[in-house]
Formats: sequence, structure tokens, C-alpha cells
Amino acid sequence: MDIIVLIKQVPDTGAAVSIAADGASIAAEGLKWVVNPYDEYAVEEALRINEAAGGGTVTVVSAGEARAAQAVRAALAMGADRGVLVNDPALSGADSLGVAKALAKAVSGMDFGLILAGSRAVDDEAGLVGPMVAQLLDIPHVSMATTVSLEGDSVLVEAATDGGTAVVRAPLPALVTAEKGLNEPRFASMMGIMKAKKKPLEEKDLSALGLSAEDVAAKSAVAAMSPPPARPPGKMISGDTPEQLAENLAAALADEAKVI
Amino acid sequence: MADKDVLAIVQMDGGKPAKAGLEALGAARELADALGGGTLAAVLGEKAGGAADELAAHGADLILYSEDPGLVPCMAEAHAGLLAAVISEAGPRAVVMGHTLRAKDLAGRLSAALDAPAATDCVAISADGGDIVATRPMYGGKVFARVALKAAPALLFLRPNVFSPSREAGKGAVREISHPVPEPRAKVESFEPRPAGKVELTEADVVVSGGRGMGGPDFSVLEELAAELSGAVGASRSAVDEGWRPHSDQVGQTGKTVSPTLYVACGISGAVQHLAGMSTSKVVVAVNKDPEAPIFSKADYGVVGDLFEVVPALTEAIRKRKG
Ligand SMILES: Cc1cc2nc3c(=O)[nH]c(=O)nc-3n(C[C@H](O)[C@H](O)[C@H](O)COP(=O)(O)OP(=O)(O)OC[C@H]3O[C@@H](n4cnc5c(N)ncnc54)[C@H](O)[C@@H]3O)c2cc1C
Ligand SMILES: Nc1ncnc2c1ncn2[C@@H]1O[C@H](COP(=O)(O)O)[C@@H](O)[C@H]1O
Repeated sequence: MDIIVLIKQVPDTGAAVSIAADGASIAAEGLKWVVNPYDEYAVEEALRINEAAGGGTVTVVSAGEARAAQAVRAALAMGADRGVLVNDPALSGADSLGVAKALAKAVSGMDFGLILAGSRAVDDEAGLVGPMVAQLLDIPHVSMATTVSLEGDSVLVEAATDGGTAVVRAPLPALVTAEKGLNEPRFASMMGIMKAKKKPLEEKDLSALGLSAEDVAAKSAVAAMSPPPARPPGKMISGDTPEQLAENLAAALADEAKVI
Repeated sequence: MADKDVLAIVQMDGGKPAKAGLEALGAARELADALGGGTLAAVLGEKAGGAADELAAHGADLILYSEDPGLVPCMAEAHAGLLAAVISEAGPRAVVMGHTLRAKDLAGRLSAALDAPAATDCVAISADGGDIVATRPMYGGKVFARVALKAAPALLFLRPNVFSPSREAGKGAVREISHPVPEPRAKVESFEPRPAGKVELTEADVVVSGGRGMGGPDFSVLEELAAELSGAVGASRSAVDEGWRPHSDQVGQTGKTVSPTLYVACGISGAVQHLAGMSTSKVVVAVNKDPEAPIFSKADYGVVGDLFEVVPALTEAIRKRKG
């Protein structure tokens, strides 16, 4: 099947993040950039689906600055066939909805049976773009998938929801967002990395998609960033035996913190 | 004036308004009071109409409900379609909902359907001049962002356990929703409910988590403590990746975000990716045998010791206190 995977380049989750001089963004210098971990599950699942079927293509689509091409190449090195990078200065202040509109437009001209995305990006932590793209394309979606299987012209997805776990069937074309537990993403092989350099990676700006800056204009924006509220320095509980430690901790939780 | 109103989407849980739903209503009421508008509650699903009295007692001026069978089970397409129509008609300045798993499924669709800005996982909301401002953690909680939502309706999804239900009663008018429920294309084939008595991690008041220090799949000492405190058991990624616990128990940047009153980290070192999932917990306790473990610098109370000795003793001490 022809599968599209939406991937975002994000700072490494282990990176120290500092607030930029403008007070409303993070300082980009010196950060290590990676493919959003949830999007790696999505790429891996797309590859597995086509490997099992013995055919089909995987196209990765990303919206981002020029450096996001590295993330697309990383997905190509895992085994995806081609990449599209939507890069336009007008997207730099875009909100989730603006990005979703650009992505929806970018994929609307392509052939696909399934779109895979991550359940959330670990930079903005929004968890919005996947279902937004589904709504904009007027296709069904299932979010937070922990298993995905194709059956004829529908996709069967297991996903956690309030109160339990559901198995959901959606007719194709559909969009599915990937949760941790879906699979264990492969590492790119040396061969994969070499091959990726020759795979097609197309860059498009908004006008190539038939969109204007106004079409993706942000309706929400980060006004300010601050470090997380500081926790008052903690207390070490004293005691010579586990029983004493436990008794003193229970007393602190009950009498001081008043949480038990 | 509708453009000062705030509408809370209240989810049902076992025939009653869910805790996250009452929290959303409380936050909606506070925001509506700040804006000088009214508080609306939209409640969808089985027995939704029966929740009216309770919603009125918790601040709702107008309760809009639908018990249309097409809303059960909760599919994002059906709920987003109906809610978009209800919200467009009511014209509120802001819409508030608890950021539960269902909300995560719904949020993007509703935002795109209304062409309205959304902020998820909010830990504070306010009205600031013409904008609605949401405070939300980003980058795994390493920064807190103030996001200005400039267009109406501003859609705000609230981190569970952070906001409180309102103690003030509202006017309590009730109206049944007459809009049709769209037929969702995605359909539930089967559903396995969470075992009875097991509390959902993201909404639990107490979370007891275990890490690599558990040394194996036997989490019974943590389960006993959690049971004593009516809490849920969580895990670090290491414990999940070892296969000791299901993925759904993972707390952290690639797992669940929890914000309980009490978080007890046992045999967890305190990696940034773990902290991302629990740093807004009200009180954090760490039990670790390594006095240098980074988790101690993020904990309100630290105990240096073997968790297999300390945790059962703690369960016993709490049991004794309860008498
Ligand atoms: C992209 C990415 C995403 C990630 N996402 C997550 C995530 O969502 N959640 C998450 O948790 N991690 C996540 N991680 C992993 C994270 O970096 C750490 O590796 C992980 O949190 C460590 O788990 P741990 O604390 O259980 O194990 P360790 O770091 O090995 O710590 C075990 C601790 O147990 C203590 N201990 C051992 N025995 C005992 C005993 N008997 N009694 C008391 N203490 C004892 C030790 O002193 C030690 O401090 C992610 C990593 C990456 C790269
Ligand atoms: N700029 C982007 N380019 C491509 N895909 C994206 C982008 N932003 C978000 N996505 C996709 O949407 C998912 C959720 O992102 P978010 O809504 O930002 O948390 C990600 O895991 C990606 O699959």
C-alpha cells in the first residue's frame, strides 16, 4: 500500500533546553535534533506493513526548516522511499492548525491508503496535528495505536481509551497515530544511510502547495516562556531502620504535607 | 452576551459526570466569572440528562445534553461533529475539557472542524485583555509556555487533577441538544474494560511507580501501597522495556503524564524523560538506595534505602495510622 508518514524534527529528549533572548522560544544553538520518537514508531509501522505485504511505498512528509531535511533523511535511511519537506518562512510562527493545513494540502495530491503520524511531538507536546489532518482531509482516524493491522480495505487498530482498551476498525483511507508500544523502531544500517542519500527528497514552499501565508496564519502563539516552577528543596527522611524511615515518612505525609 | 460565555464539555463516567468533567466545569466557571459571562456545560452520552442537577450544583448556568445512542461508544468523529455544531450555535469565548484519553482523540478534530485554536495539557488558564491565555508545559516540562489564543472559541484541554470543581451553584437551566449526530466511519469492534477497582493512571490521586530498581516483574509491594492509598501503579520506561509492566503504565515523555497529589518513585533514578511525566505532581516521594540518585533533587521527601524494605514498612505504617 502507499503509506504517508508525518514526521517532525524535535530536540533530543535528553537535551538541556534554554529559553532564547526573545523570551518566547527556545535557544536552538547547540541542540541535537532527532526524529520525534513517536514518529519513529510510525515510520517503523509503515515499513513493516509494506514488508509483510511485499509491496507499496512509504513517503515521509515533514514541515520544518531546512535542517528538518536531516530528519527526513533519517526516515529514508530506515527504509522509507521518498521524502517531502514543506519549508516556508511563513510556517515559522505557525500553530498546530497552520501546520496541519500545510500538511493536509501537501498530502492531498498524493496517492495513499493510510497516513501514519505520531501521537504527539515531544517539543510542543500538543498531540493535535494527526487528528487535525484527518479532519481537514475528511478521512477517519484512530489515535494512540498500540497495534495496527490491515484487513482488506480497512485498518484494525488497538488503542487505549478512557476506561479500557478498544479495537477500532476504520475504512481506508484513514489516519492512525502511533503510541509507544506499537513496535520497536529499527536502527538505520550503513547501507540504508548510503541509499538514503540517493532517494528523492522534494522541498516545497507554501506557494507550491497553492497556499498563502494567510491560509496558515497562527490563531495562537507562545507569548512567553519560563522555567518550570521551582519545587521547594526536599527533605531527606531520617531513621536507622526501614520501619523508622517508613514511620517518619508516613508522619511527614500525614501531618506536614497532609496528602494521606 | 455569548462571546463572554465559557462552555465546559463534561464527560460521563459510569452514568455520572467524570472527575475530569467536574474539574473542567470548575475551570470554566472561574474563567466565565473573570470574563463576566455565563457557564455552559455540554454533556453527551448515556444518562447525560440525569447529570443536570449535579452540573448545576457545580456551577453550570445552562446544561446542554444529548443521550443520542450514536454517541456511545465515544468516537471522535461523532462527538466532534456534534460538538462543533453545538459550540458554533452557542458562540462561547472559550471551551474547556479535561485532557483525558478521549479528549486527546477529539481535540485535533474539534479544533480543525471549528477552525479554532487549541491548547492541550493546560495547567492554568486565564483571560488577559482580548486573549485567552493557557499555561502549558512544553519540551517535557523543561519550560512552561504562556500561549495566547487569539481567536474564538479558544479550545482548552486541562491536565487532570490540576483544577478544582466549583462549589458555587449555577442557574441550572437544561436544554436537550437537537442537532443530529454524524455517523462515525471508525467504529469500535470490541472493548476490554479496565479491571474493576483499577484506577486510571492519569486521573489517579496517588501514583506509586517502580523502575529498574524493582529488579523484576513482581510489583506486589508497590501494588499493596497503591491499594492502601486507592492509587494506581506506574512504571519507568526501563521497567516497561524489560517487559515487567505494560506500556500503558509508563510515566514520562514517551508515556503518560500524571499529576497526582502524591507520587512515589521507587527504584527510579530520575532521568529527564521520566520527570517529564510527573513533575507537576503536588508531593513527590523518592525511595532509592543510591543517595546520589538525581530523583532526590526533584523530590519533596527522600528516603535512602532498599525499596523492598521501605515500601512494605510504609504500607504498614499508613495502615496503622488509619487505625
Ligand atoms: C527518546 C527517549 C524517551 C524516553 N521516555 C521515557 C519515559 O517516557 N519514561 C521513562 O521513565 N523513561 C524514559 N526514557 C528513559 C530514561 O532516559 C531512563 O533511561 C529511564 O527513565 C531510567 O529508568 P529507571 O530510573 O527505572 O532506571 P535506572 O536509571 O537504571 O535507575 C534505577 C534506580 O533504581 C535504584 N535501585 C536499584 N535497586 C534498588 C532497590 N532495591 N531499592 C531502591 N532503589 C533501588 C538505583 O539506585 C537507580 O537509581 C526515555 C529515553 C529516551 C532516549
Ligand atoms: N511540522 C510537522 N511536520 C510533519 N509532521 C508533523 C509536524 N508537526 C506535527 N506533526 C505530526 O503530528 C504528530 C503530533 O504532533 P503535535 O500535534 O505537534 O504534538 C507528530 O508526531 C507528527 O507525526
